[in-house]
Amino acid sequence: MPTRRIPLIAIVALLAVACGTAGGGTGSTAPGLAGTLVGAGASSQAAAMDGWKAGFAEVEPGVTVEYDPIGSGGGRSTFLAGGSDFAGSDSPLKAEEFEQSLDRCGPLGAISVPHYISPIAIAYNLPSVGDTVLQLSPETVAGIFANQIVNWNDPKIAADNPGVDLPDLAINPVHRSDESGTSANFTDYLAQAAPAVWTWGSIEVWDEGPGGGEGADGTSGVVAAIRAGEGSIGYADASQIGDLPAAAVGVGGGFVRFSPEAAGRIVDSSERVSSGSEWDYAIEVNRTPDNPDTYPIALVSYHIFCLEYEDQAKADLVKAFMGWVGSEDGQAAAAASAGSAPISDAVRDAIARSIDQVTVADG
Amino acid sequence: MTIEQSAREERQVRVSKVGDRVFLGLSRGAGVFILVTLAGVALFLFREALPALQADATEFRDSDTFLQYVGPLVFGTVLASVLAVVLAAPLAVAVALYLTHYAPKRLARTFGLFVDLLAAIPSVVFGLWGIAFLAPLLARHVYPVLHENFGWIPLFAGPVVPSGRSMLTAGIVLAVMILPLMTAISREAFSRTPRLHEEASLALGATRWEMIRQAVLPFGRSAVVSGTMLGLGRALGETMAVAMILSPADLFSVNLIGPENPNTIAANIALRFPEAQGLDVNRLLATGLVLFAVTLVVNLVARRIASGGAA
Repeated sequence: MPTRRIPLIAIVALLAVACGTAGGGTGSTAPGLAGTLVGAGASSQAAAMDGWKAGFAEVEPGVTVEYDPIGSGGGRSTFLAGGSDFAGSDSPLKAEEFEQSLDRCGPLGAISVPHYISPIAIAYNLPSVGDTVLQLSPETVAGIFANQIVNWNDPKIAADNPGVDLPDLAINPVHRSDESGTSANFTDYLAQAAPAVWTWGSIEVWDEGPGGGEGADGTSGVVAAIRAGEGSIGYADASQIGDLPAAAVGVGGGFVRFSPEAAGRIVDSSERVSSGSEWDYAIEVNRTPDNPDTYPIALVSYHIFCLEYEDQAKADLVKAFMGWVGSEDGQAAAAASAGSAPISDAVRDAIARSIDQVTVADG
Repeated sequence: MTIEQSAREERQVRVSKVGDRVFLGLSRGAGVFILVTLAGVALFLFREALPALQADATEFRDSDTFLQYVGPLVFGTVLASVLAVVLAAPLAVAVALYLTHYAPKRLARTFGLFVDLLAAIPSVVFGLWGIAFLAPLLARHVYPVLHENFGWIPLFAGPVVPSGRSMLTAGIVLAVMILPLMTAISREAFSRTPRLHEEASLALGATRWEMIRQAVLPFGRSAVVSGTMLGLGRALGETMAVAMILSPADLFSVNLIGPENPNTIAANIALRFPEAQGLDVNRLLATGLVLFAVTLVVNLVARRIASGGAA
């Protein structure tokens, strides 16, 4: 599929170049940029991208941003083949992809920056505990989804929740029945935080793991299944769980409830792993932070773009758009349209320095 | 005069022959087109499926051989469809008999319209209805009762899935979806029962029910069978409603009310295709080829039974 889409994207990109040279070319920070910016990649960003497009259109009405949600892998290969100006991807450039980016972008290569953090909540349907927020340690969560803890009155759940009257009710763990990045991130959390219990690693298809439990199609399907069945528990995009309660998960000796700020800190507490460029901001997501105010279950998605573009107009467009997406306004726009968590100030400053490096190639 | 007349006749004959030839060509072309399309689909499926059929099990992330992969899916597909037909067939025959032999004429027409209307509802709407209304209702009031009283039958072994998204729910929704098709075919056949047969039966002193058993049912038998097979064919390929309702897992299970159900081929393709890459796409198409074959066999059997019954 991705290869078949390249020609169309390439044509649009050519048009964009044409428009860009016609409209811009006066200076890098001049108001009134014009042209089309073409991106392709992760579908997880699609909702946020709608917010970014609309918000950026208010700042720069002359610029059109197009985004084709063809998937992370397809987005990276389209970008590396020169079919798009930037890629959206749930994983950063790999080392060999950075090598390829030297052909695509010139000697400075391409960089990845984490612009989209989507928290994943562990939602449950247990009316009998009322307004009490359940606390679950990583081992307990892993035990539930590995079908080892099967009743809500299990001593392990009771140990996490002293003083809470837990019902004698079967646990119905709900997972995604389709192939999903949400499953991959959730199981990556289980594998990192409770390796003794969760031995299946990070999986996108549930059948590759322990099996069991109830499967539902898509985020909305999971939420509907949890809502419909008393005793159910499942993981879903935190912005989509509605009025379902979400568990506080065990981190660094305490328990942390989901909040956008707490989820945003995950990037700060993760280690940077550069694939090549010093301006790259790829991270190895750390699911076991020491800081108990960091919520560890989130999907981190990147924007990947060149440090050098062949013409001034394109460099200006990329710089302006990426700069705005990383700004407070841009992160707020994504939060409004996709319920994402904002990146922290420290990360924003570091990413802004990287984006500032985008220039036009010499000659 | 006579020469002129015969000349005119000749011209007419010639003109009508041209019309015949054109129509013959058109209809033959349409027939050939259908065959070519069918062969093209089969060829495409086979070509795309081949890499997955030849690949080693270790090349897949779940390291299943193709038989291991497709086995539970074929089982789930057949189980869901047979369940739907078993539930729908008696109901369809009863509704058709009521419409043709019991209901007052005007009521029958309105009622028949509503049954046909069921066929016009898109399957995604049935899926939503199944998830939002039927499944929770069954999970709350029916499945626990089934499990408590008939739990010793493997079909109701449980545990009951609290949201109700089980094989039995999928079967019931599929039954509702194929009901109009099966009813329409049975109704058509029953209404064509020769009046003389019915009157002869009644004249011999048969009650209405005896008359139906003696005259109507034997006459409509082959239509009921072929309608059932057509319904089975539709249920085999139904995708959206099953993908939404069924809680799937990779296993064989006859437990109709639990959370772990073998998925159907069509629903599995719908769930996996959007994110599939490389060899996984080939494998999904290979399961499509299997579904194609299963449906073909069902239709051939239906045709055999239908024509055998009429002879």
